[in-house]
Amino acid sequence: MEKYKVVVIGSGPAGLAAALESFKNLDDKKVLIIERDKFLGGILNQCIHPGFGLHYFKEELTGPEYAHRFIEQVIESQIEYLTETHVIDITPEKEIVAVNKKGLKRIKADSIVLAMGCRERTRGAIITPGTRPAGIFTAGQAQRFINIEGYRIGKKAIIVGSGDIGLIMARRLTLEGIEVKAVVEIMPYSTGLRRNIVQCLDDFGIPLLLSHKLVKIHGRYRVEGVTIAKVDFKLKEIPSTERFIECDTVLFSVGLIPENELSKKAGIVLDMRTGGPVVDNTFSTSQKGIFACGNVLHVHDLVDNVTLEAQTAGRYAAMYSQYPELFENNIYINIVAKEGIKYVVPQKLNKTFVQPFVLRFRVDNFYKDAVVTISNAGKVLIKIKKSILTPGEMESIEISQKILSQLDFSNDIVVSLQNI
Amino acid sequence: MQKNKVTCILCPRGCTIEKKTQGDTFEFSGFGCKRGLEWAKEEFTNPKRILTTTVHVKSGEIEFVPVRTNVPIPKEKIFEAISILKGIEVLAPVEIGSVIVKNILDTGADVVATRRVGKKDSSDD
Ligand SMILES: Cc1cc2nc3c(=O)[nH]c(=O)nc-3n(C[C@H](O)[C@H](O)[C@H](O)COP(=O)(O)OP(=O)(O)OC[C@H]3O[C@@H](n4cnc5c(N)ncnc54)[C@H](O)[C@@H]3O)c2cc1C
Ligand code: SF4
Repeated sequence: MEKYKVVVIGSGPAGLAAALESFKNLDDKKVLIIERDKFLGGILNQCIHPGFGLHYFKEELTGPEYAHRFIEQVIESQIEYLTETHVIDITPEKEIVAVNKKGLKRIKADSIVLAMGCRERTRGAIITPGTRPAGIFTAGQAQRFINIEGYRIGKKAIIVGSGDIGLIMARRLTLEGIEVKAVVEIMPYSTGLRRNIVQCLDDFGIPLLLSHKLVKIHGRYRVEGVTIAKVDFKLKEIPSTERFIECDTVLFSVGLIPENELSKKAGIVLDMRTGGPVVDNTFSTSQKGIFACGNVLHVHDLVDNVTLEAQTAGRYAAMYSQYPELFENNIYINIVAKEGIKYVVPQKLNKTFVQPFVLRFRVDNFYKDAVVTISNAGKVLIKIKKSILTPGEMESIEISQKILSQLDFSNDIVVSLQNI
Repeated sequence: MQKNKVTCILCPRGCTIEKKTQGDTFEFSGFGCKRGLEWAKEEFTNPKRILTTTVHVKSGEIEFVPVRTNVPIPKEKIFEAISILKGIEVLAPVEIGSVIVKNILDTGADVVATRRVGKKDSSDD
């Protein structure tokens, strides 16, 4: 069986950054990246629009350009990688089973970094009645068909969901000569960035129908249209507000879920709220020596944050593979999300590694003029005023050495939000 | 289309900035800061966008190469630029950054490749 110090599963921005950082921190530079697709780069290869790297590179790059910078470094460092190779199993003992054209492959790793990204929720996830004709796609699938394979996927489309991916696809379809009749959003607000609403919808006069729901899909062989309706504040359909819209294509952009089939097989404890593994500030999962970062851990809106997080995960994965004894008998304190906070990552602070880290979280609703506090043993350690907080934007707070030195380690760290 | 209201995209506050015409002069209101005002002035008079799309590649390991304008181009030229790019085919290999169309529609912007595309490997399948 082949042996590696660190094996990274997935080669999106998370996998690439984790591999590079592991490599830098290892004496015996045995690092391997395994990717099921034909190319390195992950989802970024199909995200040809600008909007990547503003924080990390202070420049606005497209997805492939952002990925390229890391792929170059991987190639220059001669980090080993396998493409068109699908990992089908990992064990708590850190044995990896992968399959490719040559057959089955078993690999032993001292530590593993999970960086498999996420998958899209589908029509089924929001239970949409109607027939099952051709012409129904998830937004990311349509993006791949158009941007990579070059297919024309339809003529007149409806997009369900107004997060960034839905908005970006509205513009992309329009540029491809496909008429986007409307973007339908069940919530009274869009979770997409404002600049995407302006530049993807307003620029082309595409209507955004807030508080509207897709009620039914019509069509026998190909989509012939959809029925939509207004919803009340309980998100329930308001009778007699139904409206038929003729179209031949429906795109669903209704959320992403971390890809955690492998994590489950390895017996890793998952967090119900993020959908990804529970990790500590070293990005270690509940299985010693298995780390997680990027969208497999929690769904990110900005790739820059994925890169930063993955670098930390990669550094600790390298440390684990060389000095596993440091990770023995670890004791943690919990980091808990309370009022107004939907989730926090990491969920635990490892007492062996009390080093500054970034706490990332999302709020559970729209808030204006609110205060986010971080407290411990009844004492407020950090208080940050925010004029606007939205569930669509991930927030970050630095936990500095100074804050860490004030911690009472027999108590939880609590993150919560108060209106002012 | 002449608009007199824009939403500022520079920061999460998202101010709605309004333009009022008084004779020959304009008055702006609703902006939360100076940076936003400058942005809005440009947006009212000459809105520009970066254009990204794909272009056909011949004999490449993939069939389409993603491209972008290296600087923003006037918004009203976007569709014209797209139709030019639709009619183009480049030959692999393509380097990231190689110029696909120079000074497209006299906008001063070059259309460049945003991904490297190697030659098709015949031993591929
Ligand atoms: C449509 C869309 C638009 C976006 N727009 C923006 C934007 O404008 N700006 C921005 O900053 N961010 C944007 N993002 C977010 C950003 O792209 C992601 O946060 C980031 O790419 C996540 O990186 P990742 O490495 O975790 O996952 P991915 O990039 O998804 O990579 C995961 C990789 O793992 C591989 N993999 C999965 N399972 C296995 C397995 N079992 N074996 C082998 N390989 C496997 C996959 O093939 C994939 O290559 C967008 C995301 C999407 C989906
Ligand atoms: S005008 Fe200033 S404060 Fe208002 S959204 Fe623009 S940048 Fe933000």
